[in-house]
Amino acid sequence: MTEYKNTGSKDTRSGFGDGLTELGRQNSNVVAFCADLIGSIKMGDFAKEHPERFFQAGIAEANMVGAAAGTTIGGKIPYIGTFAAFATGRVYDQIRQSVAYSKKPVKIAASHAGLTLGEDGATHQILEDIGLMKMLPNMVVINPCDYNQTKAATIASAEIDAPVYLRFGRPKVPNFTPENQNFEIGKAWMVNEGTDVTIFATGHLVWEAIQAGITLEKEGISAEIINIHTIKPLDRKAILESVKKTKAVVTAEEHMLNGGLGDSIAQVLALEYPTPMEMIGVNDTFGESGTPEELMEKYGLNAESIVEASKKVIQRKH
Amino acid sequence: MDKIQELKKIASQVRRDIVRMVHEKNSGHPGGSLGCADFMTALYFEIMDHKPQPFDMDGKNQDVFFLSNGHISPVWYSVLARSGYFPVEELKTFRAIDSRLQGHPTPAEHLEGIRIASGSLGQGLSVGLGAALAKKLNGDKHLVYTLHGDGELQEGQIWEAALFGAQHKVDNLIATVDYNGVQIDGPTEKVMGLGNLEAKWHAFGWKVFTTNGNDMDALIKTHQEAKAATGQGQPIVILMKTEMGQGVDFMMGTHKWHGVAPNDEQLASALSQLEETLKDY
Repeated sequence: MTEYKNTGSKDTRSGFGDGLTELGRQNSNVVAFCADLIGSIKMGDFAKEHPERFFQAGIAEANMVGAAAGTTIGGKIPYIGTFAAFATGRVYDQIRQSVAYSKKPVKIAASHAGLTLGEDGATHQILEDIGLMKMLPNMVVINPCDYNQTKAATIASAEIDAPVYLRFGRPKVPNFTPENQNFEIGKAWMVNEGTDVTIFATGHLVWEAIQAGITLEKEGISAEIINIHTIKPLDRKAILESVKKTKAVVTAEEHMLNGGLGDSIAQVLALEYPTPMEMIGVNDTFGESGTPEELMEKYGLNAESIVEASKKVIQRKH
Repeated sequence: MDKIQELKKIASQVRRDIVRMVHEKNSGHPGGSLGCADFMTALYFEIMDHKPQPFDMDGKNQDVFFLSNGHISPVWYSVLARSGYFPVEELKTFRAIDSRLQGHPTPAEHLEGIRIASGSLGQGLSVGLGAALAKKLNGDKHLVYTLHGDGELQEGQIWEAALFGAQHKVDNLIATVDYNGVQIDGPTEKVMGLGNLEAKWHAFGWKVFTTNGNDMDALIKTHQEAKAATGQGQPIVILMKTEMGQGVDFMMGTHKWHGVAPNDEQLASALSQLEETLKDY
């Protein structure tokens, strides 16, 4: 196993905030909106450094989406920040018409995604957002795995002339990818090369996949681990190359199985290279209150589940 | 006044375009389109400082317009074509397969003049406010105009936008309302009453003007006053009293022609009431 070191746990939302601050200094066309969550989304530094380019939108997300789309008509690159639950489902129609169909490069900064939001419970723990966003034509969907990658993804998202859904989370999690990495949108990231099974993971589950890989290695199983930080456009080439080698697949994500990363990969494989597959995710149920660790364990979104799924899928190989 | 006469003539042609477009595909929304023909003509041929060619999506250094009630696309397509954004002949492709003139306006088909999609109601004011903020950041002194149906004001997003516009002092935007008092299911006051609309906008911190949206003279004067009131820290809204179906007698005084096309006989009757002032496409 390639060795990865946690250089100090940090929240991915801070990666977004720091990325946005850097963007604000680099590019005077970057503007930002926030729906009364400046502290939670870590937009404070940008707001302080560029008050003329920061717009408090209040608790009115629909208007925020539309106004952000409007600023693109005038050459601006708007970032809109709120919780993932309110950045997607609540404003789906606005994103669909004013952003995606209109091809406006609005960058949707969606924090507190998934179960790891924790104690606030199911109203805020959206597990459907990747599905909602990936169904929209023109939308790019990115779910980075740690602080460094979220920061890099944020900076990279300003460069493409397309709407981007940027998903990140609340809790401090291991920070293990390189600082100041070059983030290539749509390019899968090889975490570890292996031969027996491919684990495709996204977001917070990438670290768990690495931990699973270490356990599997001790048991003589060689796991290839690939970080799919961009769920759309999906890196089909990298996926097929790996699967043709390992012939067994596990997907892992902090999202509903319906509509998530696993679902996207299953579609590619069903059409092009049918392969035994196991999927780690939330199975058609809402979340609940609890600590992030308790929730990830209860819903089976951790290294242990990935180890189990890997062994199971290897047994199912043709 | 010559200018007013000229605008009225153009509006007559725009009305011909509307009924012909909707008749051709037996599909579309003639009522609201006809009611707004005078305003849209005044906007594109007198009120706005705009550059049809080459079309600039960013609308820099020119006034820009957003149609929020996208279903009255026929009137917009007509004034865009007649003012030089795209060939007038293209009006015959309205709502046809592979056309750039979709049922509801969209920039996805690269039709010059369209900068955002509309159709799902209530979104255009937010978009206009954003574009107006961008103009301020760009040091562009031009204005942003939007048009909304009165029924559309039932959408919550409109009032989110109203709060936002006042809070951020977006004083380079003029929103207009097609205040015809009717919507698909009937009179607006019966479907979902808007109450005292003027007082509502006032209460939300907007400067409010009212005018007769079917009186060219009144429209031009009110818009001059509204333009003079920009740059004073408040967004502006103009409530334009109109008649749905204006210009075609059997389409007036009823909500029935909101989204219904005329048949051959009705088309002939409508055209007989509307002078062909520019050449029909």
